[in-house]
Amino acid sequence: MKSSVITFPGSNCDRDMDVALTKFGFKNKMVWHDDQELPKSDLIVLPGGFSYGDYLRCGSMASKSKIMHSVINFAKSGGLVMGICNGFQILVEAGLVPGVLLRNKYLQFICKNVHVKVDNKENTFFKNLDKQVLEFHIAHNEGNYFCTNDQLKEIEDNNQIAIYYCDQNGNTNDQINPNGSIKNIAGIFNKEKNVLGMMPHPERMIDESLSGEDGSIFFKNLLNNIK
Amino acid sequence: MLVDEKIAIEHGLKSDEYKKICKLLKRVPNITELGIFSAMWNEHCSYKSSRIHLKKLHTKGKKVIQGPGENAGVIDIEDGDAIVFKIESHNHPSFIEPYQGAATGVGGIMRDVFTMGARPIANLNSIHFGSSQNKKTKNLLRGVVHGIGGYGNCMGVPTIAGQTSFDSSYNGNILVNAMTLGLVKKNKIFYSKAAGLNKPVIYVGSKTGRDGIHGASMASASFDDKIEEKKPTVQVGDPFTEKLLLEACLELMAGDSIIAIQDMGAAGLTSSSIEMASKGNLGIEINLNKVPCRETKMTPYEIMLSESQERMLIVLENGKEDQAKKIFDKWGLDFAVIGKTTNTKNIELFFDKKSVAKIPVNTLVENSPMYDRKWKKSKLPKKNKINKTEFNNFKIKDVLKKILSNPNICSKDWIWEQYDHTVMGDTIQKPGGDSGVVRVHGTEKAVAATVDSSAVYCWAHPITGGKQIVCETWRNLISVGARPIAITNCLNFGSPENEENMGEFVECVQGISEACKYLDYPVVSGNVSFYNQTKDVGIKPTPTIGGVGLLRNYKNMITMSFKDIGNQVLLIGKTEGHIDQSLFARVILDEKKGPPPEVNLFNEKNNGETLLNLIEKNYIRSAHDISLGGMLTAISKMCIKGNKGIKLKKPKYLISEIEYFFGEDQGRYLIEVNPKDLKEVINILNKNSVHYDEIGTIIENDIEINQKTKVTIDELRSYNKSWLKKYMA
Repeated sequence: MKSSVITFPGSNCDRDMDVALTKFGFKNKMVWHDDQELPKSDLIVLPGGFSYGDYLRCGSMASKSKIMHSVINFAKSGGLVMGICNGFQILVEAGLVPGVLLRNKYLQFICKNVHVKVDNKENTFFKNLDKQVLEFHIAHNEGNYFCTNDQLKEIEDNNQIAIYYCDQNGNTNDQINPNGSIKNIAGIFNKEKNVLGMMPHPERMIDESLSGEDGSIFFKNLLNNIK
Repeated sequence: MLVDEKIAIEHGLKSDEYKKICKLLKRVPNITELGIFSAMWNEHCSYKSSRIHLKKLHTKGKKVIQGPGENAGVIDIEDGDAIVFKIESHNHPSFIEPYQGAATGVGGIMRDVFTMGARPIANLNSIHFGSSQNKKTKNLLRGVVHGIGGYGNCMGVPTIAGQTSFDSSYNGNILVNAMTLGLVKKNKIFYSKAAGLNKPVIYVGSKTGRDGIHGASMASASFDDKIEEKKPTVQVGDPFTEKLLLEACLELMAGDSIIAIQDMGAAGLTSSSIEMASKGNLGIEINLNKVPCRETKMTPYEIMLSESQERMLIVLENGKEDQAKKIFDKWGLDFAVIGKTTNTKNIELFFDKKSVAKIPVNTLVENSPMYDRKWKKSKLPKKNKINKTEFNNFKIKDVLKKILSNPNICSKDWIWEQYDHTVMGDTIQKPGGDSGVVRVHGTEKAVAATVDSSAVYCWAHPITGGKQIVCETWRNLISVGARPIAITNCLNFGSPENEENMGEFVECVQGISEACKYLDYPVVSGNVSFYNQTKDVGIKPTPTIGGVGLLRNYKNMITMSFKDIGNQVLLIGKTEGHIDQSLFARVILDEKKGPPPEVNLFNEKNNGETLLNLIEKNYIRSAHDISLGGMLTAISKMCIKGNKGIKLKKPKYLISEIEYFFGEDQGRYLIEVNPKDLKEVINILNKNSVHYDEIGTIIENDIEINQKTKVTIDELRSYNKSWLKKYMA
């Protein structure tokens, strides 16, 4: 399976994503933001980091990068696109997934392990996953997902919420919410479920010496689903 | 503007220093030249008060590739890999503007490391604030933590360890020391020594602005009319540009076009160009009209003294300019050929086709002032006569609660959760342990790093204090299973013109040097920060030591969390119950007299090496060194982290329980051993003449201290975790 990771100026999880995808069997290519064309890919990943220094608004300038025209076309024609952290912010700014990402409720960058509940398995990203609750890792300053009531209703009606922050038993409540996101939303799909944006970094959870191994479960499952 | 002695003094130069400049030049300098001299001859750049003492530091060793004198030190970690590392202070700017001060401190130290060709792989920091009662402390802490995170997080370099302390001596002068480790191939290290004639001198990175001009002492009215827009002397950081600069430099470094490279840190273009020329024994010629400027009408004086961040100076091979420019264009950074190397041994500056400065390089460097300041010897304080019968009145549980929630002991997760500590995907020991550990990417090796200081011990007796910190970092590295290799030091002191402060400096350096020599644990880099004082009162002497060690196989790493119920806990090293200068004495008794605990270097070395041997033989399940707060504090942390309890045996010493549990004797570790390995472990300890005590057994849920006293782990955790969060809420 072929994947591509886009490097924007200021991306800093691009290498980590490359390491993870390669480890689990993807043939990965790094793509420069200023390129016009995407290599032939089964999956496009927008990695974490601080594209364009997060100036103006997180993800806003990257969403206007040259390569993003191709990424948007790829997504609109049904191609799989995943945005992690800053990549999620770019997806939001590009209008590929609904809503916005505000500054964390306590106005602080937050880096720690969290649990997320997988709600919707009728999509390529989470299909066949044998776990309901995953331990992931977050590291962000602007992960506070927000949308209008109308949007929320639409998102819920379409089953677009991908993952929620929860405790280790899968309970979602305000106390466990690390950044104040609406409904504890940690990740969201587009209507067609071929685009996923999420704040947690599965690429940081890919071996037992790191913060955990649930990232491995996610990537292995993803590869199998694409095959 | 004509220069005279008054203007020189306004630049922070002394009257006789000004006379020396006139004599060296055989004329009166012009204003640009005076600015250059004042920048090169200030304490920060010239080390004029510290140089003769720093020579005494132990700096050599088999693993040392580059000792002090370069942008950073370099050590060999085998297989052709090397670690570049250094610590640096950014104290004064951080007090004036905590966010930018701390951020640019982090940016500056990372630049020092990647200037040498190394990709930064870990950041650490040591930050010291005034008393928690002081009304400025909270905002300074918040600002500094945001600044460190703001810069390091954006760069995508994990912050893996640190130290935070509170003491009223920092009320008017906080300390912010930042350390970075980078990874480089041994045969791809870059240095700042220029070589060859007529080689192009290249400026890359951000544009030059008026920020940070002459941070040292530019508070003079006569310059206000010169500098139309008077900006604060604190620089403003842009981590995004630095990230681009890092990637562009590493891309250029992959080729073979660079002869020398130097970042523009303190004193900007002045010190970077002069250092390159001086090391290469060459001259350098710069056309200041070619320097990319952010603002209009900048004068030669301003361009030379600007401390705008995220800039580098490079000497390239001839003919490589276009190829290099392409890389910097790709990353959207300025690139300008601003001059060339010459054989004149002068630094010569041109502006609007006129020569605006011409100074022999050696007058700025070799002929810079060097002082043997007067200093006062300290005496080892007499033992404090504390009435120990009172100790029986204390309830161990109450004392433990107070100590675990003390600002200097309590959990600092409020701080380090604001730092990205997992980016780069190789952090295998996070902040909160004895050392941070990152894997050497793609190998079985890992590098451990720690940062420490013990201002109270240094204040009580500088020589002992200096030794103690070196030993503490050594223990921190061993506790995670790493073999200590070398250190970097950041020497934060009061005024060198004050005999007592100067004495503290001289004797701390002596203590550091003795310990380094004995442990074969050399100093490879560092910096000195003097004049940390409010009015005439200096801070407590605070040398900060950053230690670096190597694990050959990262899977052998040890953490401090208790692992399994039924395992035995041993205490390595002898417990004498030293209470003077302990946290117990200061916090519970409010006693500030007496000597710090003695440091026995033989025991340190023997205990540490024996423990490493046990770890390498895979006998150790968890380990933690005993430091501030004594044994019971250390045990509590192991319990909290492992979510396990311990049943402690009755101490067999003829000292009180208070002394036993809270004394701060040095050279001690706690280790967890599986009962099946106990015999062999004891055997090895005996064979190496290491003193040990079997102190308890791991159980569920509680610390059972004696028949009367029992504390649950949840209680301990709440004591330890809540203070800082509540304080900052």
